[in-house]
Amino acid sequence: MTLQTEFQNEVASKLSIQGVSKHFRSGGRDVHALDNVSLEVGDGEFVCLVGPSGCGKSTLLNIIAGLEHADGGQVQADGAPILQPGRDRMMMFQEPALFPWLDVLGNVLFGLRLKPSLSRAERLEVAKFYLRLVGLEKFQHAFIHELSGGMKQRVALARALAPNPRVLLMDEPFAALDALTREQLYGDLQDIWQKRKKTIIFVTHNVREAACLGDRVVLFSPHPGRIREQFKIDLPRPRDINSVELARYSTAITAALKNRTLLETKETE
Amino acid sequence: MKRIFKALLFFIGLVLVWQALSFAHVWSPVLFPSPVSVGRYLWGAAGDGTLAGATVVTLKRLLLGYAAGLLIGLPLGLLTARFNVLNDTLGLLALGLQTLPSVCWVPLALLWFGQSETAMLFVVVMGTLWSVIIATDNGVRNISPIFVRAARTMGSRGFHTWLKVILPAALPFVVGGMKQGWAFAWRSLMAAEIYVTILSGFGLGSLLNDGRELNAMDQVIGIMLVLLFIGLIADKMLFSPWERLLRRRWGTAK
Repeated sequence: MTLQTEFQNEVASKLSIQGVSKHFRSGGRDVHALDNVSLEVGDGEFVCLVGPSGCGKSTLLNIIAGLEHADGGQVQADGAPILQPGRDRMMMFQEPALFPWLDVLGNVLFGLRLKPSLSRAERLEVAKFYLRLVGLEKFQHAFIHELSGGMKQRVALARALAPNPRVLLMDEPFAALDALTREQLYGDLQDIWQKRKKTIIFVTHNVREAACLGDRVVLFSPHPGRIREQFKIDLPRPRDINSVELARYSTAITAALKNRTLLETKETE
Repeated sequence: MKRIFKALLFFIGLVLVWQALSFAHVWSPVLFPSPVSVGRYLWGAAGDGTLAGATVVTLKRLLLGYAAGLLIGLPLGLLTARFNVLNDTLGLLALGLQTLPSVCWVPLALLWFGQSETAMLFVVVMGTLWSVIIATDNGVRNISPIFVRAARTMGSRGFHTWLKVILPAALPFVVGGMKQGWAFAWRSLMAAEIYVTILSGFGLGSLLNDGRELNAMDQVIGIMLVLLFIGLIADKMLFSPWERLLRRRWGTAK
């Protein structure tokens, strides 16, 4: 591997989720987090997973990341089953999860240092490239606590992009940010996605956010976690979260979400 | 600079009050020597080398024992945090022994090792070890699991995760434990040195005890000042840099 291939866009992965089920115990009760979930994600596709809490969308993301194992079924990336975490699938969390003992540059370098094929100088060049991409090259020597919430998530994004993964897994990465910062990051993320061509799976509670970012929105229902409905978002990019066309999609998705929730309340009553 | 000046002023003021009290002859000068006579003792002891010799003996014991305590305690703390079996056994033992005042090791050390350097070393190690184990274990347990998850997705495994993620993440706790261990080691060594005379070297503690036996209050107070000074310097030199680093990086005053 050379620096050249490092900057090339890695071919995005095709993900195939086949009949995945997952149970775990929480507070002495058995939770059926995922029930026979199947989903195909194309290479370079941006898929948003939406649903109420407890619908297993984060669990599914962890399984794709290789951080958790499915009880049944399997997940394949380009035909190969996923058994453990790998640099081809990087993950972003709701908390930035940046390391406070390292500065901004050190955080971005962390994953790169685990790539033995790169020299020191090359790693530095790659890290600086991604810091430029998220607009934080001036802050490379800042410490984490000196950054705002939005800047922290940008560093986390640069850190996730730096090892040049094929898949980016995002678990509500913008949920803790203020609205203005979030809107800016929607623009940036779409821009970066188009430049760096990754398969992105993005988990969120926010229907509008999902409609703004995703090629496809997958709606989950809880107890047990199942895929309820899917929506294809046919809008040109970059999309503005406040546009009227987008509102039409999000209204439809919200209606489906509410419908389902209503039904469930009736069933349990 | 301004802060140093203020501190200096404060201490000069204290000495002046002390001098004034001894001038006033409220207490007998035998029990309450003037700063001048204490200064004279210190000057003499510094001149004939007793002070330097005793300081070297004491610091050697302290640093050696402390380093050994850290070297044993840190890995053991990591192990008790990693393996439940060790936590339920060794962790419990450490918790119990940490509550034991470290002076209580002195009689045992004397019976086991006699009046020797080994006995001194043993007391210092026992003073350091348990609190370092507990602080490290506690530090590792308190780190956010998200750090480890993030590191794992970036390809970090096993030993790399421990060295590059868990240990630095636990650092604020570990430094706290190191500081506590230092304090325990220092106290237990002084107790041991006052308690027993060891012919292989006379430390500051023996000088202090000599002062008592000779009824030389200037020596007693002089040595106490030296001990205080060493404690202060050790704190500033050994721990302040770490704490500054933590404040700067973590953005907290932990």
